[in-house]
Amino acid sequence: MGSTSAENTGAGDKSTTGVGRRALIKRSAALGLISVPTMSFLSACASGGGEDQEKAKAGKKTAKNPLGVNDGAQMEFVLFDGGFGKEYAEDAVKVYEKNFPEAKVDFSATQKIQSTLQPRFNQGNPPDLIDNSGAEQMDMGVLVGKNQLADLTPLLDAPSYDDPGKKVRDTLRPGIVEMGQFDGEKVWILYYAYTVYGVWYSQKALDSLDEQYPETWDQMLAVCAKAKKKGMAGWTYAGKYPYYLPFSLYPMIGKVGGREVLDAIDNLEPNAWKHPAVKACFEAYYELYKKGYVLKGTPGLDHIQSQTAWAQGKALFLPNGSWVENESAKVIPADFGLAVSAPTGLDSSDKLPFGTIWASGGEPFIVPAKAKNGAGGMEQLRIMLSEASSKNFTSKVKSLTAYNGGTDGIELTPGLQAGVAALDKAGDNVVNPRLQDWYVQLQKEKIGVSGLGEMMAGRITPAEAIKKIQGFADETAKDSSIKHYKHQ
Amino acid sequence: MQHGKYRFIVGFLAVPLGLYALFVIWPFIQSIYYSFTDWTGLSPDFTMVGFANYERMLDDDIFWKSLQHSLLFALLLPVVTIGLALFFAFMINVGGRRRRGGPVISGVRGSAFYKIVYFFPQVLSIAIVALLFAFAYNPDSGAINSVLRAVGLDGVQPLWLGDPDLALWAVMAVLVWSTVGFFVVLFSAGMASIPAELYEAALLDGANRVTTFFRVTLPLLWDTVQSGWVYMGILALGAESFAVVQIMTTGPGGPDYSTTVLVLYVYQKAFRDGQAAYATTIGVALLVVTLAFAAVVMRLGRRERLEY
Repeated sequence: MGSTSAENTGAGDKSTTGVGRRALIKRSAALGLISVPTMSFLSACASGGGEDQEKAKAGKKTAKNPLGVNDGAQMEFVLFDGGFGKEYAEDAVKVYEKNFPEAKVDFSATQKIQSTLQPRFNQGNPPDLIDNSGAEQMDMGVLVGKNQLADLTPLLDAPSYDDPGKKVRDTLRPGIVEMGQFDGEKVWILYYAYTVYGVWYSQKALDSLDEQYPETWDQMLAVCAKAKKKGMAGWTYAGKYPYYLPFSLYPMIGKVGGREVLDAIDNLEPNAWKHPAVKACFEAYYELYKKGYVLKGTPGLDHIQSQTAWAQGKALFLPNGSWVENESAKVIPADFGLAVSAPTGLDSSDKLPFGTIWASGGEPFIVPAKAKNGAGGMEQLRIMLSEASSKNFTSKVKSLTAYNGGTDGIELTPGLQAGVAALDKAGDNVVNPRLQDWYVQLQKEKIGVSGLGEMMAGRITPAEAIKKIQGFADETAKDSSIKHYKHQ
Repeated sequence: MQHGKYRFIVGFLAVPLGLYALFVIWPFIQSIYYSFTDWTGLSPDFTMVGFANYERMLDDDIFWKSLQHSLLFALLLPVVTIGLALFFAFMINVGGRRRRGGPVISGVRGSAFYKIVYFFPQVLSIAIVALLFAFAYNPDSGAINSVLRAVGLDGVQPLWLGDPDLALWAVMAVLVWSTVGFFVVLFSAGMASIPAELYEAALLDGANRVTTFFRVTLPLLWDTVQSGWVYMGILALGAESFAVVQIMTTGPGGPDYSTTVLVLYVYQKAFRDGQAAYATTIGVALLVVTLAFAAVVMRLGRRERLEY
């Protein structure tokens, strides 16, 4: 656009004015035309054949090397450099290098998983181990559907790093192996971090109301009423991303109606959302809105803003995951008494006991099918699933890992401690709804934003929300461009 | 020497045209090709599916909603932004009161200061602008609702981005705020090149500010306005609208699809849902819309050139 001003200097010179502006119009039009559809082309250049790379020769299987890693082969490991940082992985790489002194490890950490790795999948030369996480996560369903991932069963059946008598799969927390499956027995993903979802609150605030965490919905309403009298809202949530609500709503549905209800929802069965348990839970949540127990303005808050309002004591309860402790560390006061509880149920007629909680894996690690040194990638994972590596992770980044245990002898933060306690209380009653990894669009923008978000903002009733969501689920079930999954 | 002259020109044009063909035309063709496949974007294998993606698109409610919003952006944003920018530029350059001993034509008092103020948002990246406004629109503790409370309007506390009836307008306001300064400067430059004699003549004939603007300034500025129009429309269809919707809105694209736009939908399909082929199909639709917009503006705006 600089030509306009250049032109002005010669304003008196009539002969030069004509060309500049005409050209400018055309040029700006052309420029715009380039820039607008670029989005769709970014990926367009990525496709186009490529030979599969030659695989590294298998090494000799020994007790110390059960996966038969080739000591001389290079291993490439790409980590998502997010909230957990990269130190924990670097430490694990050091162990690998120590165990296989001849091998060279090519370790890199990036936030741009998709931009760096999508072309390499397209060319058939992906790295050996990937932490496929973050905003640029590659769609797992598509990767599995297109046979891009290696089955991790050999890793799960290998002896664990600490105890040769125990298989790796027996050292993992509940739900981890199942989460890595899509359809059938094969395990494609190993979730390394372990997240506890539930209702997060301040023990101090609850104490000041002279209340305990409510176990039935009547008690919940009573606590909220008490809080309201003190000028405190009962609930707030990430209004701009209402798919945070399911973190407490789904396990509540599971508690009220049993696991089958959640499984039917995940399996996109017809009328799954019309189950009485779903209706009862939706109505319970809607009552929070109706009675004015939801912090005013919540539908316009994003996750950080809602967490901040909650940490400032403007609201009592917040549906969230265990990352909230780290994410809001700066705004949570020292004497906050951060705690998490399994969601409140309806009453004593619920199918599962109080304590039923949603916990599942985070930080999905994958080994590509076309990796050169897939065994090396799996061995690296086996090292990370050792007790020592797991402890290292927990003490460094304040999160649990898929390794069942690994919390003894290290100091836990309040949130982490509360999470461990909640898991202990839950025992086997851990539910694991899968919509958020199987059908991202359905879970986030359809159920979350258009269904639950609208209901909790009071713009539609529970009955309307259920009808709408069932419609979305049916649409997804019918959509042939989406791969469908079922609980095993 | 005619022959040699063309060879000379071709010599200069070959490289840029080649680059243009490689990096602009070729991706266009590729993208149109991919829209007929079932490519996921995550693996190298795909098959041809004919018009399946296009059929799906015509049946896709979210696509139609996005298209509707994009068209609204393309029609409304240029009108508002350019209208405002023309008004500001006129006041800064021409609209001032005549001061004793000063030039015949001048802007309002402090116009140099205003010019900088208007241009200031242009210095900030659109991502930062969007983030700042996301904070300002916070219904609980954001600047806007706080001001409303401060002046006693406690009852008026809109949800802004959380309200499907307001969200799209809130997003548009941000785009206007962040782009109007650029056009103020652009039009100021254009106005500065209009000879002062024309204004003097108009003033002697007793023209007031409104008449001067519509009879003198606007006709002489028409070419600049027209190019600004195209530029703004493309901005509204493309990257800028993507950035604000992606960063600011519920979901993003919500609440209840009230702010989704075509570029956002392309991005979500390609990079969230692993449906690159379908995304390119929507990209092709966006290309058609953009071309149509440019063609319409060029045609409607065609006028006799004024020499001065």
